[in-house]
Amino acid sequence: ERKMIREEIESREDEKMIDAAQMNNPEPEECFNVNYLRIYYGGKSNLFPYSDIHKWLSYGHDGKHPGCDEYYFGRREFSFTLENDVYLRYKSFKNASSMEDAIKSNFPYKIDIGAVYSVDPDKRHAYSQTGTNVFTPVERELVFDIDITDYDDVRYCCSGADVCSKCWPLITVAIKVIHTSLTEDFGFKHILWVFSGRRGVHCWVCDPKARRMTNEQRSAVAEYFRVYKGNENNARKVALMGYSLHPFLARSYVDYLKGFFEGELQATQSIFSTKDKYEKILAMISDEDIQSELRGKWENSARSSLSEEAISLVRWEQLKNTLQSKKHKAPTLRMCVEEIVFTFTYPRIDLEVSKQMNHLLKAPFCVHPKTGRVCVPIDPNNCDEFDPLAVPTLSQLIEEINSGGSRMDVDDDEDSDTSLLAKSIKFFRSSFLEPLLKSCKEEIESSYKTKIGKSKDSFSW
Amino acid sequence: MEVIRSQKRTPSNDTVSNPKIPLYLTAPQMEVRLEEFELFAIDRLRVLKGVSDGLARGRNPKEMDDLVDTLWKEHMRDPDASVMLNKDIISHFVLRLVYCRSDELKKWFLSMETALFRHRFRLQNFEAQRAIVGEFGLPYKAVTGAELEGLKERLGQVVRSLGQISPTVEAVYYKVPFEEVPDLVASRRVLIQKGFAFVAGSQLVSLVVTQFRSHISKALILTNRKWTTTIREREKDRLTPIVEALSTSYLGPDYSQSTEYAEISLKDIDQVAKSSFPLCMRHLFEKVREDHHLKHGGRMQLGLFLKGVGLKLDDALAFWRAEFTKKVGSERFDKEYAYSIRHNYGKEGKRTDYTPYACQKIILSAPGAGDHHGCPYRHFSEDNLRAALGRMGLSSRGMEGVMDQVRNKHYQLACTMTFEAVYGTSCDAGINHPNQYFEESQKILKSKTPPAPV
Repeated sequence: ERKMIREEIESREDEKMIDAAQMNNPEPEECFNVNYLRIYYGGKSNLFPYSDIHKWLSYGHDGKHPGCDEYYFGRREFSFTLENDVYLRYKSFKNASSMEDAIKSNFPYKIDIGAVYSVDPDKRHAYSQTGTNVFTPVERELVFDIDITDYDDVRYCCSGADVCSKCWPLITVAIKVIHTSLTEDFGFKHILWVFSGRRGVHCWVCDPKARRMTNEQRSAVAEYFRVYKGNENNARKVALMGYSLHPFLARSYVDYLKGFFEGELQATQSIFSTKDKYEKILAMISDEDIQSELRGKWENSARSSLSEEAISLVRWEQLKNTLQSKKHKAPTLRMCVEEIVFTFTYPRIDLEVSKQMNHLLKAPFCVHPKTGRVCVPIDPNNCDEFDPLAVPTLSQLIEEINSGGSRMDVDDDEDSDTSLLAKSIKFFRSSFLEPLLKSCKEEIESSYKTKIGKSKDSFSW
Repeated sequence: MEVIRSQKRTPSNDTVSNPKIPLYLTAPQMEVRLEEFELFAIDRLRVLKGVSDGLARGRNPKEMDDLVDTLWKEHMRDPDASVMLNKDIISHFVLRLVYCRSDELKKWFLSMETALFRHRFRLQNFEAQRAIVGEFGLPYKAVTGAELEGLKERLGQVVRSLGQISPTVEAVYYKVPFEEVPDLVASRRVLIQKGFAFVAGSQLVSLVVTQFRSHISKALILTNRKWTTTIREREKDRLTPIVEALSTSYLGPDYSQSTEYAEISLKDIDQVAKSSFPLCMRHLFEKVREDHHLKHGGRMQLGLFLKGVGLKLDDALAFWRAEFTKKVGSERFDKEYAYSIRHNYGKEGKRTDYTPYACQKIILSAPGAGDHHGCPYRHFSEDNLRAALGRMGLSSRGMEGVMDQVRNKHYQLACTMTFEAVYGTSCDAGINHPNQYFEESQKILKSKTPPAPV
């Protein structure tokens, strides 16, 4: 079905500004267009995993057990963003095939997943806003959104929508810190990390406990994760008070942040190598004398023959030594070294996304309109391996189909399946979906048994 | 709770466990005199208002503890401990009836009762606090032995991270699902492991306050249901008038700090006066524009109202100056009027930040010749009142209901009915403050969603 591709150049203008050094991306015009989208979502190829998404969001309510709620899936809100930014909210579907039909008739540029409501979002106008029968969210995954643009003040390789192999590691470190906390501190078990398609990641915590959290509780978890409080007006954007770090921050620092800062970050960002760069760091030290002392050392050593990375490391050591000997001077100096490390490396999540149950978030396996990349899952235990610039694009997938090179049925037993998306779908199923559904079924069964037990009791006098 | 008329009250004997702070978990089984029904509630309301004031002024937790202690002793104390306890319980339940009747009332009551509980709890000794935790029936066990040993180092880290240089790990920690203590989680004041937060004895407040708040919130919804379906009608000759009067007896928010709806600017003021001012203020405003003058009573009533509505001092001075200088000239304005405007905003003399007048005060004022302040529903002649209501857009049928209330001297109910007629919506709480009228009106005008068809 190789036809002339209509190039939608006018909406791709900004893409043409991409630095040549980052040309791992295919030609902009080939990334994404409506015809590719139709192939992705429709027709024979069925690249989009409809039934996996449906199984996931049904959380075990597949009608096979008497304890199932057959209307559960139908109370979930979806939203479609169509071509020309037409936005359709409060869409809901009775079952997998009506979801599939709706996607195949609209070919949305973006699909968002919202909350599970008390009634079908479709029918919400039939219910008043007060009294007992209200249209309100009842379940929703605990979600997080990390976007590299929130780190613009600490990355020197790119800015804005661009991302490269030098700054992506910031996202990798963020995944490690947050994932460890979600499992170790909060005890969550069913966590899905997804590439957002261009410059960040989303996290979906799907434990039943998480889905039932109130807005207040979600806000509490988001605030627990919050360290960076920056804006243009303050130079010291991380303020760690007290005499030690909270155990969560201490663990993050020791296990991930310190090593990353002193290793990879120095190599990729060279944060001390020029005056502009090191002045920014000096501004975080709340003591003029110490600032001058360090500035003096660094201004005079500019003629060094060392590499940028080596220079940065030397200066970092100097800074640490100076602060170590002088930190008793003021409470704000006590953890200045840690503050600097946190400023450059600690995760920056978008708090608003996490705090409200009704916040919509892009669905996994969507295609990003600006890059054409599929929003594939990321393995948190192997996130160092993930390369955002190697994620399959829509055009690559289409190419693969056209060359007739692979089977489209993803067979879990067949290791020889080489289709580009197969690996991601397999991972989604085995690491996330299967354990999740197993646990959901157990929960449905046990709460059903409890209910039956209770009503039995109510008959006994 | 049995309410009886003027009979000797039998001492209550249900305070078996006698915790110092009752949790108001169930309605008390005791007999109450009708007079006490009202008086107890008013005393409690004074305490709640004091709490509200304290919070509005940004008092820190320790100051609030002291404030609550003082307020409680002043209004709720009784030499007989069981009488004091009964008053505590009865007054709370009466106020539930009063404050369950609208979302705005519920929110205020919930906030104040929760704050009151929090600070009363903090004032208790540790044993009493543990007893209260037990009262809630919370299944949280203390962490002991090997488990506590294993956590000691990290618990110490938490204490140090909060600013204590030598970590005194407390003797008692409770293992609690993290969802129960959201504020401690948010501020990283607790160690969290595998979904559980380790709450120190001294942090119990957070735990119980969350429980308390959640319980009262649910109770208010049930109380409202009961009120609207049975109680209001059944008690219409006895308790209902008292309950309704209690909410109009002005002890609610005082509007001295303007809220999110505030911030009206000078250029909007004419339009906003037409759309959102209650009749008393509309009248004063029109008179200022017309006569370029107002006597003292009017300047106070309107001036403080405008302050409560969010008019900044500079704009206020500009407003009054623009009108008054048409009659008295700039020099006289500065000499005689500017000072008192600044005085109202707390910028001169005693620097008291005066609060806008509530309906009660306005109704009780006595406008004389040349005055335009007071409450039109009380102080206007019938003809003038009808004309004014007509200008507000009331139909002759709508007017009859209002005039009926006026004849029966229910001035605030008359104003409430006017509000309902103008905005086409019901106002269950009843108007008892001009700034409340303004805020409710702005809320309605600003909400863009059309009413959902049922």
